[in-house]
Amino acid sequence: MATNKRAPRPGFVLDVDKSTPPIVFHHGEGFRLEKLPAGRTRILYPADPLVGLPDPDGAIRDALLHPIDCDPLPALLRPGMKLTIAFDDISLPLPPMRKPDIRQRVIEAVLDMAAEAGVDDVHLIAALALHRRMTEAELRHAVGDRVYDAFAPHGTLYNHDAEDPENMVLLGVTKHGEEVEMNRRAAESDLLVYVNINLVAMDGGHKSTATGLSGYRALRHHHNVKTMLESKSFMDQHKSELHHSNWRQGAIIKDAGIKIFQIETTVNNNTFGHDGPLSMLQKREWEWTARDRASFVTMHNGLKIMKTSHKRKIFNSWQAPYDLTSVQAGEIEAVHKITTENVYKQQLVPVQGQTDILTMGLPYICPYNVNSVMNPILVMCLGLGYFFNLYRGKPVVREGGVLIMTHPTPWEFHPVHHPSYIDFFEQVLSETTNPLEIEANYEKKFAEDEWYRHLYRTSYAYHGVHPFYMWYWGSHALAHLGQVIIVGGDTRAVRRLGFRPASTMQDAFEMASDVVGRQPTITHLHNPPILMADVS
Amino acid sequence: MKALRFERKIAKFAAATIAGRVVPGRGAKHGPLQLEDVDVPKFPDADWVRLRPRLAGICGSDLATIDGASSRYFEPIVSFPFVMGHEVVGDLDDGTRAVLIPVLHCATRGFATVCDSCARGAINLCERIAFGHLEPGLQSGFCESTGGGWSVAMVAHPSQLLVVPDEVTDEAAVLIEPMACAVHAARAITTDDIAFIGAGALGLLTVAATRAIRPDARIVITAKYPEQRAFAKALGADQVIAPNELTRTLRSTTGSLVVGDYLTGGVSTIVDCVGSEASLTDALRVVAPGGTVLVVGMPGHTSLDLTALWHRESALKGCYAYTRDDFDTALDLVRKLDLGRLVSATYPLHRYEEAIEHAANAGPRGAVKIAFDMRNEKQRNDL
Repeated sequence: MATNKRAPRPGFVLDVDKSTPPIVFHHGEGFRLEKLPAGRTRILYPADPLVGLPDPDGAIRDALLHPIDCDPLPALLRPGMKLTIAFDDISLPLPPMRKPDIRQRVIEAVLDMAAEAGVDDVHLIAALALHRRMTEAELRHAVGDRVYDAFAPHGTLYNHDAEDPENMVLLGVTKHGEEVEMNRRAAESDLLVYVNINLVAMDGGHKSTATGLSGYRALRHHHNVKTMLESKSFMDQHKSELHHSNWRQGAIIKDAGIKIFQIETTVNNNTFGHDGPLSMLQKREWEWTARDRASFVTMHNGLKIMKTSHKRKIFNSWQAPYDLTSVQAGEIEAVHKITTENVYKQQLVPVQGQTDILTMGLPYICPYNVNSVMNPILVMCLGLGYFFNLYRGKPVVREGGVLIMTHPTPWEFHPVHHPSYIDFFEQVLSETTNPLEIEANYEKKFAEDEWYRHLYRTSYAYHGVHPFYMWYWGSHALAHLGQVIIVGGDTRAVRRLGFRPASTMQDAFEMASDVVGRQPTITHLHNPPILMADVS
Repeated sequence: MKALRFERKIAKFAAATIAGRVVPGRGAKHGPLQLEDVDVPKFPDADWVRLRPRLAGICGSDLATIDGASSRYFEPIVSFPFVMGHEVVGDLDDGTRAVLIPVLHCATRGFATVCDSCARGAINLCERIAFGHLEPGLQSGFCESTGGGWSVAMVAHPSQLLVVPDEVTDEAAVLIEPMACAVHAARAITTDDIAFIGAGALGLLTVAATRAIRPDARIVITAKYPEQRAFAKALGADQVIAPNELTRTLRSTTGSLVVGDYLTGGVSTIVDCVGSEASLTDALRVVAPGGTVLVVGMPGHTSLDLTALWHRESALKGCYAYTRDDFDTALDLVRKLDLGRLVSATYPLHRYEEAIEHAANAGPRGAVKIAFDMRNEKQRNDL
């Protein structure tokens, strides 16, 4: 594998001047080149990928043998015990990583130690909460063929089922009235090992188990509009009510006597590779070589004439050559503190002050459309949920400012993965886009719909309530922003979202001038690879 | 006098069928409908009176006839040549303004003893529509003896007339006949969970009538076009959806499961205001077990898989025309709801090709009801 010989540079804020070349905006399964106004635009570039650990397997073993605030894993293992290994699902990392997946490396290491200790009652559970079930191919990719073949045929490697009443157990209620529930096998195990991939700051910690192995009864206490409005941002643990709620639930899990050995990992920013067909996407445009430019132009023009289904197939086949940058194991909170520092080390970019207009190019993928379709609700969630919240301190865009996103926003849904999304889009958003109204009037019906429940449990569908959570994810941004514009989107779909469609970036700036005046400051979030703005 | 008359000309009928398939309403240009000078119909007996149409609407069944799309079922119950037009408001010779109740039932046909249906007031189910002293014809507008509303004069039996109060405009009055159909359909509904297929004039009026008769009903309707959606909401629909959203919406609102193409549950009443093979197929897929599909739009020769109807004990029920009582209610509703606004455009008789094409494409052109306007026809005022 080729590596970047140069020491990784930190994130960077570029002030756009007349010599700045057109900037690449992700645009679903394609790209846009946009010339941004000189003199009042800045571009936030992510840091170069950190150097990965030279011996990932050695680092993993070391973490298991020298955990934080906890006995070494072998000391926790004994014959006759019940061991459950839960792991992050298909939503992490993004895009899926090249083999071997970190989960495979970690699970194999844990299983080796379990085997040495004579543990033979082992279950592996994909901790997918209310996400869709993982397919066999996806599970094989995550845990590796060896693990899959050893466990799946015996029914001991499977997807979590939050709607199986027999296999969910209520653990208690927090002082805030939040119910806490968990997968019964996990809860009744002598040891629960959780294997995490921490892509962004909101991942991991108590959220791994309190959310990943939970169900609607418990999730509704923090996956709601109030929590989202009080999470500024949900990527900033100290200011995230989502984080606080998960931590309260985590305390109940601990009080219930469930022993958890948390293993958290971080990856670098090597999303598109140092070489290869997409490598120019993690370079700064003025540093592109002639070859980069030629490759981009060829790809860009090819994508313009290619059928969407072909484009989708190509992009969905991309696997990121991520490197492991850290692995830490042991007590959840102590582990997560270090994990978060490692995430920040890769992703934080210092930014001075807010801006009138925030621009962002939305890529083809978000956590909920792996091997699927980025439908309009997910476009909203990625832009106003994830990317908008990639800040610490203050939002990059000022209150009442304008968010401009580029994405084709097709009126298209994956019928197997997102059936309740279709109904949400047709039946709910056609009536209102107000998150509070949506929550009050529609959530319960969708959450308890027997058909969605059936599809979640037996097919590969996201839970009936999931599109609501996607909409709530954008609540803070909706309340904060004066206007949202999508460039190059399907006009009808954009309007159904409650946003304004624009054909070009120039049109979008013109439309935004009604809200922010004629000479607004503009900040472009050059993401992905992922960056998190540290706004002072 | 000037009249739009439909003749029995096989070649022209074939041409209309082809033209109508290519462009809806184009049958008017190539088919058996002609603007002609014809004699004013003779009075069948001394009771009959002359009615000089003011406005006469164009209905879906008219369009099917003109485009050669209607069933051969009608052949024995119409009489050629006939002057078309059965949605009529006109003037009697004494100056009274009246709406035509076009069904040609026993009383209009000179029977001293009426059939069982007519005896109980169900004139729409009259058993003698092809008999008596009139030529066959289920309604005025399809009967050689009576003439029709697309002309400057026709004849009507007194039992066919409903006096129009002064405050009701001609535009509102011309909607009383289709509204009577709507009232009749609404009265046939027996449940409060209802889905309508089709938001043309008939669909919209049936929603309005249903809302009036069943104020607590939950009404879902499919509508293709923005104006239809707006009217549907305004006239009482709780939820207006695109046609391709029907199954998903009803599945969701009824909490049903899905097996193959069918909901396991569904809505207890589907009101099909289209009557096509596709709409009836959709209706049978989403009607609840034991529920009813009410066929309000005029169907034709249709191929349907009725296995689900059998298996789920659902019912397919026709719904044709109205009774006198339905007309009285229709007058009240048209007045109360100010439905004259649904008349989108009117045409003089000589522009009938444009009028028919406009009516056949009413939805995409943002229209609901198209009508002929005879008020300024010179011949009419000279009669």
